[in-house]
Amino acid sequence: MIEKRKSWMSLLAISDQNDLLNLWDQKKIKISYEWLRQPEIGSIMAQGKMGVTGDKFNIGEVTITRCSVKLDCGTIGHSYVQGRSKRKAEISAVCDALLQTKMFKEVNENIIIPLEKIKKDKRDKILSKAEATKVDFFTLVRGESD
Amino acid sequence: MYVAVKGGEKAIDNAHSWMSEIRRGDPSVPNVSLNQITEQLTLGVDRVMSEGSLYDKDLAALAIKQSRGDLIEAIFLLRAYRTTLKRFSYSKPIDTANMLCLRRISATFKDIPGGQKLGPTFDYTHRLLDFKLLAENETPLSPTQQFENKKVPHVLSFLNQEDLMQKEKDNNLDPIDITREPISFPTSRAARLQALSRGDEGFLLGLAYSTQRGYARNHAFVGELRIGLVEIELNIPELGFDINVAEIILTECETVNQFQGSKIEPPQFTRGYGLVFGQTERKALAMALIDRALRWKELGEDYSGAPAQDEEFVISHCDNIQATGFLEHIKLPHYVDFQSELELIRKIRADAKRNVKRL
Repeated sequence: MIEKRKSWMSLLAISDQNDLLNLWDQKKIKISYEWLRQPEIGSIMAQGKMGVTGDKFNIGEVTITRCSVKLDCGTIGHSYVQGRSKRKAEISAVCDALLQTKMFKEVNENIIIPLEKIKKDKRDKILSKAEATKVDFFTLVRGESD
Repeated sequence: MYVAVKGGEKAIDNAHSWMSEIRRGDPSVPNVSLNQITEQLTLGVDRVMSEGSLYDKDLAALAIKQSRGDLIEAIFLLRAYRTTLKRFSYSKPIDTANMLCLRRISATFKDIPGGQKLGPTFDYTHRLLDFKLLAENETPLSPTQQFENKKVPHVLSFLNQEDLMQKEKDNNLDPIDITREPISFPTSRAARLQALSRGDEGFLLGLAYSTQRGYARNHAFVGELRIGLVEIELNIPELGFDINVAEIILTECETVNQFQGSKIEPPQFTRGYGLVFGQTERKALAMALIDRALRWKELGEDYSGAPAQDEEFVISHCDNIQATGFLEHIKLPHYVDFQSELELIRKIRADAKRNVKRL
């Protein structure tokens, strides 16, 4: 369960806000909920490692919006999403809650699976374009050869 | 002595109003949209995010538009905004071995597992103006090729296997955060890397170039340069587990430099390291060269007095917002300060005149 939840929360977090909003608006899921935490815009500090494997250092910050909701049935949903869209954070938290209920199938099929496909297509496009720029260098001996 | 000046409000308002009008330019020309900036001036956006030290494309584009394309002004706007954000927490360290590479090259090894991929680069172009771009409706489409989706190992890890490359050990130390604590010298490599990653590209470029010309001997090879997407993991305290909260583009550069060895260590290659937000390879490469030059003390090398070896000099001057703030403030009214200078020089001259008469 935790692995699944991690995976959908991660997907919602990095999804393009327009993609998520479009999918949500198309589905017209009627659901009532109350705020546990109103959407809040902030940042996290991204860390890297010196020389790939060494000690940590700070690279810079990334904007993040977070919020928490509670459905009428009592299920709680959280979101931490990239960017400053409060609407994206809200829908993500509601989806997180719904995915823990009987609504799993509906939300999974209409929101999560389409977002997974968008993510995969984007990644495949990058990999296929990068592959086309793969180069085979060969070296030539400089100067007199004999 | 600082003394406030009063007045000038009307002139200031009118100056800003004229600046806004000029920023818009000829009203018969369409207004530039933020989407156009994020999509078509990508590398400018990346530079503003890296030196503004905040990864947010929309805000960087807005800053570029607002600053009329003055990137340092745009970086200033983004830095100012950054200070208003609540800091939720620190990410887990990003593992760049999981990067989805757009570009990945090595100047030291020809054949590397995973292959050399040039990616969307200006390298090997002829730097001739392309008049075809004047015709506005071009939508070029580049070729694609079958690929295997495999993790791309770091090139220099192969040198590690023979112990030819100095290992970078993780001692599980928490780094200082220069946005929270002022830097004091001598400082740590973590603080230097953070400062360099948000430092001014031009300043870093000039200093890195100085090391190549002989100011601090550190002949560098580009072991690997990679640019691509990475996901950022964050621990969510409410849940007690980690999720990915963001996906960003990073440029990473590892240089290979010689190291003579010391009493306790045999000769080995050492690394300079650059890691920067966005597609920013000139900056990441310069950062790696400077990182290596600044490591002279740790590696027991000689201090040759080169600017790039002097961490106080490099780190105190690489921040373009600090630099421009101090530089540009001298344009603002300093009437009282100057008045005292004026009085002083008049007095000295009068004294000198009297002394001449006496002779």
